Amino acid sequence: MSAAFVSGIVVFVLAAFVGLEVISKVPPTLHTPLMSGANAISGITIVGAIIAAGVGEGTFAAVLGFLAVTAATINVVGGFLVTDRMLEMFKKKPGKR
Amino acid sequence: MMTDFLLLAQTNNGEGTLTPLLYLGAAVLFILGLKQLSSPRTARRGNMLASGGMLIAIVVTLIDNDITNWGTVIAGLLVGGTIGALLAIRVKMTSMPELVAAFNGFGGVASALVALAEIERTDALFEIETGVVVALSLAIGSITFSGSFVAFGKLNGSLPGQPILLPGGKIINALLALGAVAVSVWAIAADDAVAYWIVVAIALVLGVLAVIPIGGADMPVVISLLNSFSGVAAAMAGFVISNSALIIGGALVGAAGMILTLQMAEAMNRTIANVLFSGFGAVTGGPVSTGDKPVKSATPDDVAIALSYAENVIVVPGYGLAVAQAQHAVRELATLLEEKGVNVDYAIHPVAGRMPGHMNVLLAEADVPYDQLLDLDQSNPRFGQTDVVLIIGANDVVNPSAREDETSPIYGMPILDVDYASTVVVIKRSLSPGFAGIDNPLFYLDNTMMFFSDGKAAVESVIGAMANV
Repeated sequence: MSAAFVSGIVVFVLAAFVGLEVISKVPPTLHTPLMSGANAISGITIVGAIIAAGVGEGTFAAVLGFLAVTAATINVVGGFLVTDRMLEMFKKKPGKR
Repeated sequence: MMTDFLLLAQTNNGEGTLTPLLYLGAAVLFILGLKQLSSPRTARRGNMLASGGMLIAIVVTLIDNDITNWGTVIAGLLVGGTIGALLAIRVKMTSMPELVAAFNGFGGVASALVALAEIERTDALFEIETGVVVALSLAIGSITFSGSFVAFGKLNGSLPGQPILLPGGKIINALLALGAVAVSVWAIAADDAVAYWIVVAIALVLGVLAVIPIGGADMPVVISLLNSFSGVAAAMAGFVISNSALIIGGALVGAAGMILTLQMAEAMNRTIANVLFSGFGAVTGGPVSTGDKPVKSATPDDVAIALSYAENVIVVPGYGLAVAQAQHAVRELATLLEEKGVNVDYAIHPVAGRMPGHMNVLLAEADVPYDQLLDLDQSNPRFGQTDVVLIIGANDVVNPSAREDETSPIYGMPILDVDYASTVVVIKRSLSPGFAGIDNPLFYLDNTMMFFSDGKAAVESVIGAMANV
């Protein structure tokens, strides 16, 4: 196994533990925005999609790349926007501010 | 070959280690963003931080690679951005579960496509470890894609919400999973691009067959699990292209989805395996005998009087509230009661609705302040001091059998102890049993009033009757 691959595994395991720590503190009332926000973050695969679309050669590679960028962008843009729309609605009792 | 995009390696334009550090910065913003989701006060800022991280990652990627096909990239960004924005802006809050299911699916398919493009670029000539992560990206991404769109169909009603059980379904799924593993081994050993495509095909079928037998009320678990999968698929794609931002972002989402999955399963007192494989709620045998036990039917006036003279009222919403779009009517009723000096709070069971936190979003949309939204642990100690509990479209999560009847299929499931309140008002279309097909003794208690009606119409008629109290 290459050193880069091993360091990738290290990063993955540590990040998963960070995720468990951080996310276990999210209250149930925010679980839907958590899910849609996390979903938008999983759209980070857009990085791979852009590389695939941008440097691929041939028609078939271009089709795959285009579909990958499109799907990932739907995920990123839609996910962050809809999360913002939801979070905007969560308000405290007026007067308690 | 992986060397083009080595983690922590020289970048194409010779900027040394700056690019990996910028990706790391993006990942740090994801973590900070998720951390700020721990309070409704900071959550919106957190989401913006995370989207800022994403913007950094995208810009770095566009600059740092010798992109030749700008047309393809920009077309994908524009088409995807437009579709995503339209979906996000237009979706009704009641339809949020199916939108999240669809977004999970898009994330999964994007990761699978990234792996496919890598196969195309390299003619499937991979080191063994890269072959393994390519196969994992393909399999997990494809299952997430097809499974999410079956979940989407069940949630928006285009597929039946009831579990669809195929004969020998479990065996077929197990064989498909084994087949996917076997074909993956072949693909990696033989550097065979076609074999990788077969993995995709098997995984797509497996995703459909795995979600089809799962009923509507179990969707909170399924969506959470698919959410986790979309993250893991992204992390695997990160290994394929050796990019730390994908690995970290994907691992975070994988962890988030897994926590939610476990919490949802716990809230139903079931294991994840039981949710996925039992076909719970499939119609078995005849309808549940409700016997000739008498129930007390209530009129809008009865309910209005009970509520008006109460000191503490707790509203318990369920999926029926979302179906009836009754959240605004409920808020209007609560405002009338608060003007009379009645305390109104809302008790929300973790699996009320079709996804984690579904009810909270609907009530927030209707301007209910979040500090009035109580979870299971906060609300249960209060029911003893509550004068009236108003249940709208919830059933199994308030079924006392879960606490008292050891023979009940839902025995042991944590419930909202609404029967400890002085008066319980249940708004429900009919006496039909809930999703689990179990009769609810709550309906026959002396202190329970049944109001048979659509949720929204019922609340509006109570609002009308309030004027006469």
